[in-house]
Amino acid sequence: MLDIQNLTKTYSSAQEHIAVLRGVCMYVSAGESVALTGESGSGKSTLLHLIAGLDEADGGSIRIADTEVTALGDRDRAAIRRDRLGLVFQQFNLIPSLTVADNLAFQSRIAGRHDSRWQNELVERLGLGNLLERYPEQLSGGQQQRVAIGRALAVRPPLLLADEPTGNLDEATADDVTDIALDLVKRTGCAFLMATHSTRLAARLDRKVRLSTGLIS
Amino acid sequence: MKQGCWILAVLLSHWRRHPLQLTTLMAGLISATALWSGVEALNQQARASYDRAAAVFGGSRTAMLVGQRSSTFSQQLFIDLRRAGWQVSPVIEGRVRIQGRPFRLLGIEPVTFPAQAGTVPAIGKSDLKSFIAPPGEALVAPETLAALGGTEGAVFRADDGGALPPFKVQAELAPGVVIVDIGQAQRLLHLPGRISRLLVDNIRNRPPPLEAVTGDMLKYVAADSETDLERLTDSFHLNLSAFGLLSFLVGLFIVYSAVGLAFEQRMPMFRTLRACGVSSRTLNSVVLIELLVLAIAGGLIGLVCGYLIAAALLPNVAASLHGLYGARVSGALVLGPEWWIASLAMSAVGTLAASATSLLKVIRLSVLAAAKPYTWQQSQRRWLGWQGLMAVAMLVAAITVLMVGGSLISGFAVLALLLLGAALALPVLLEAVLRIGERNSRQPLVIWFWADSRQQLPGLSLALMALLLALAVNVGVGTMVESFSKTFAAWLDGRLAADVYVNALSDAQARDIEASLRARPEVTAILPSGRAEIEIGGWPAEVLGLADHATYRDRWPLLESQPNAWDNVKAGEGVLVSEQLARRLKLRPGGRLDVSTPTGIWSLHIAAIYADYGNPKGQIAVDIDAFRGRFPNLPRTRFGLRVSPGKIAPLIDDMRREFRLDESRLSDQSTLKLESTRIFNRTFAVTAALNTFTLGVAGVALLTSLLTLSHSRLPQLAPLWALGVTRRQLAGIELLRTISIAFITAMLALPLGLLVAWCLIAVVNVRAFGWRLPFHVFPLHLAELLGVAMLASLLAVLIPVVRLMRMAPAALIRIFANER
Ligand SMILES: Nc1ncnc2c1ncn2[C@@H]1O[C@H](COP(=O)(O)OP(=O)(O)OP(=O)(O)O)[C@@H](O)[C@H]1O
Ligand SMILES: [Mg+2]
Repeated sequence: MLDIQNLTKTYSSAQEHIAVLRGVCMYVSAGESVALTGESGSGKSTLLHLIAGLDEADGGSIRIADTEVTALGDRDRAAIRRDRLGLVFQQFNLIPSLTVADNLAFQSRIAGRHDSRWQNELVERLGLGNLLERYPEQLSGGQQQRVAIGRALAVRPPLLLADEPTGNLDEATADDVTDIALDLVKRTGCAFLMATHSTRLAARLDRKVRLSTGLIS
Repeated sequence: MKQGCWILAVLLSHWRRHPLQLTTLMAGLISATALWSGVEALNQQARASYDRAAAVFGGSRTAMLVGQRSSTFSQQLFIDLRRAGWQVSPVIEGRVRIQGRPFRLLGIEPVTFPAQAGTVPAIGKSDLKSFIAPPGEALVAPETLAALGGTEGAVFRADDGGALPPFKVQAELAPGVVIVDIGQAQRLLHLPGRISRLLVDNIRNRPPPLEAVTGDMLKYVAADSETDLERLTDSFHLNLSAFGLLSFLVGLFIVYSAVGLAFEQRMPMFRTLRACGVSSRTLNSVVLIELLVLAIAGGLIGLVCGYLIAAALLPNVAASLHGLYGARVSGALVLGPEWWIASLAMSAVGTLAASATSLLKVIRLSVLAAAKPYTWQQSQRRWLGWQGLMAVAMLVAAITVLMVGGSLISGFAVLALLLLGAALALPVLLEAVLRIGERNSRQPLVIWFWADSRQQLPGLSLALMALLLALAVNVGVGTMVESFSKTFAAWLDGRLAADVYVNALSDAQARDIEASLRARPEVTAILPSGRAEIEIGGWPAEVLGLADHATYRDRWPLLESQPNAWDNVKAGEGVLVSEQLARRLKLRPGGRLDVSTPTGIWSLHIAAIYADYGNPKGQIAVDIDAFRGRFPNLPRTRFGLRVSPGKIAPLIDDMRREFRLDESRLSDQSTLKLESTRIFNRTFAVTAALNTFTLGVAGVALLTSLLTLSHSRLPQLAPLWALGVTRRQLAGIELLRTISIAFITAMLALPLGLLVAWCLIAVVNVRAFGWRLPFHVFPLHLAELLGVAMLASLLAVLIPVVRLMRMAPAALIRIFANER
């Protein structure tokens, strides 16, 4: 499903060059869930951004379901995100002016794949039934995170990327949200790559890879 | 397509959640479009009226032949010319009174009538018969029919008994004109066999020279591309347009700040959209579409408001155009599709221009850039240095244009550059003032106040600029108008020096009147006068003949004169020249002026220049005896009277009874003064109304900027609140800050306004109308405006401050928690 070869990425500024990724190789097969761990600043977010096509790699290749992402232009990368990826990233929050229901539906709508039965099921599984008409600012952190997962899965993406989806949550809630996410991932049969600090959460996934000094160990 | 609609819906959801921002944006758009389109509507209406007037073949758009010696000539000349191969068509013109109202009666000959002289569709091929064959038709404008209270097909009688053909409405015609077949017109005017002029169709085959056919009976007058009215009223309309554009700019200020804030707040949304698979091209196009949708929605409402403004101002505009230039503008607003399209286009283009920086940010959006604390207001701060430079450049440009340019357009350019330069300089100046305050403070809280105010400056500066501009324009226009009314009264006293003005019906009657007046002891002086229409330097001008009398010597409003000017005039050698004419032809006292008269070129010595405010034509004044010698054929029917105080009204009553003279022929000074003052008041009423609108728009700009600013202010105030400053204290600080900054701005606006007034009086007015007013400063007026401005700022700051005071602690907590 996801195949990464020799991926390199360096951030350059006037003063210094930070080689964050120095030849990362990894894969995630269909239906598999993988935890991406590593110290703070090890490059987990950077790797996820590259996979999602939000940033450009310096070298190496990323293939998502046999499509070479690094070779694509902005338009096609956007199409890949829309049609094949679900993202649960902290900085890409919910849209504050849309209700929970509209937030859930909006990626599937612009992808032209809105399925209201599937959305109803998601709402039920995520326990959002009585929050649908609320706006994001009226939700707690855990509730917001569940909506973000719902939005990402509403398009039934073959690959779900999550960057510390439970970072701001207390342990119990984090476990809860992760459980729901894993359950839904199993049901849709999509591959799941999640960056996390927590070894406890990482242990719940099928496999665990560790990023350090720019390489997967 | 469907994807685009969903994205558009997401973008628009922001406005639903922030109705205040939407209101602000719409207020900006509406006021910009409304004022601009309102003024344009007035201009268009007036131009359409001139065209209608010109289309009635009285205008000079068609070449024509007119009598050399008399106002009408025999129709035999028409037959001779047609036989000789001239493509001419006869017209007779005269006045008829119907129900006591005067109308211009035109008789035409539809078969030979040239196509370019004006379209009269009702007289197409099929209707030709009904127009010519008895009873015929009288074509009138809808307004004329309405004024007479009749319906189509009604038959009216002229007041002298002649029956007009049945009326038929023709929308293209000017009001006050009645068109009939030439035979009918000759009967109604009691001028059988006579015609007033011959319209000349495009000459294809070379006809024999005019003299060979008609001798020296007729004179050829070439076609003018522009009518006289258009030329004379140009500057009036330019004035209006300038006001419209100024308001448009102020409106765009509001749009700029509203769009800037809305886009700043939506940056995270744009990033999320991109992350969820919207390509940057799609996002950019949808954002553009959103702006256009808003622009058109606001533009449409603005158009309706513009229409209402125009309809409200039209009577005043029409009255002053009629009073100043004799132009008839019909009272009902009729607007063509080009007005609608142009106004919407203006709204769209203006919105895009005002949103350019915001749009650029969206286009350059990088998906990953984390929400930096680098905000819209702070980015403005970086511009400060640039702004200062631009301001200096604009002011230098203003001075350069002032020195080099000489046209009215360049006069407005000076004004625009001055205003823009001052607006750009404002934040720099305020920054300097606040920094001085900060340096000279000792107490920590006071230092914090100054420093924090400086930080607020970028966010407030647009609103303050709008306030500065509106105030300055108000001071400028107000000073001009008051200077005018102050000057005007004294000037009228000088120009209308005689107490009673008489224009007798004939030379014989004039002699009778004179004889009877000599017998009345209360008439202290009889001053014969004369008036002739001529052309000087290609412009229409009047020659006045004045008697040599203390009445004129003491009161005539001379601006510049040579010693012994009046003696020189008395000798028949000197001439007094009106200011307009002197400026146009660059004449100075001591120079010479050649005037062509029926008795040849008359070379005169320029003895003095005098003020002749409001007259679009040039004017010169000479001694009455010399005048009569040079214009021997003019009837000698005009004179002015000096009458002992208190005896004027009985004298006029007696004369009316005895000589049957109506108001146009016998009038007293006070009535004339009243009339003139009314015309000017109406002219300036239009300016004043537009002026008030501009100030209102600036007030809205200030209010909305403060409201949007107070929104983005909360994250900065929330920590202070968390540290234990009460909401009441915070509100007090906000109030004090805004009021003091607004006060500094208003104080800066006053000198700028006086500069604007000087520009209007000494540059724009001179170039537009040819006359210059004395400059007066009115401290009371300035104080009043300052008060209004402070009141407006107080009202504007009150809403956000009260909101801050009432804000629930929970809201502050959330802001505190979210915005770290
Ligand atoms: N835009 C950028 N410009 C320069 N350096 C950057 C940029 N973004 C990230 N970095 C640097 O790249 C390195 C990797 O950052 P990244 O965010 O990928 O780490 P991370 O593993 O996600 O850390 P954390 O667990 O704290 O989220 C860090 O040293 C960071 O300082
Ligand atoms: Mg990270």
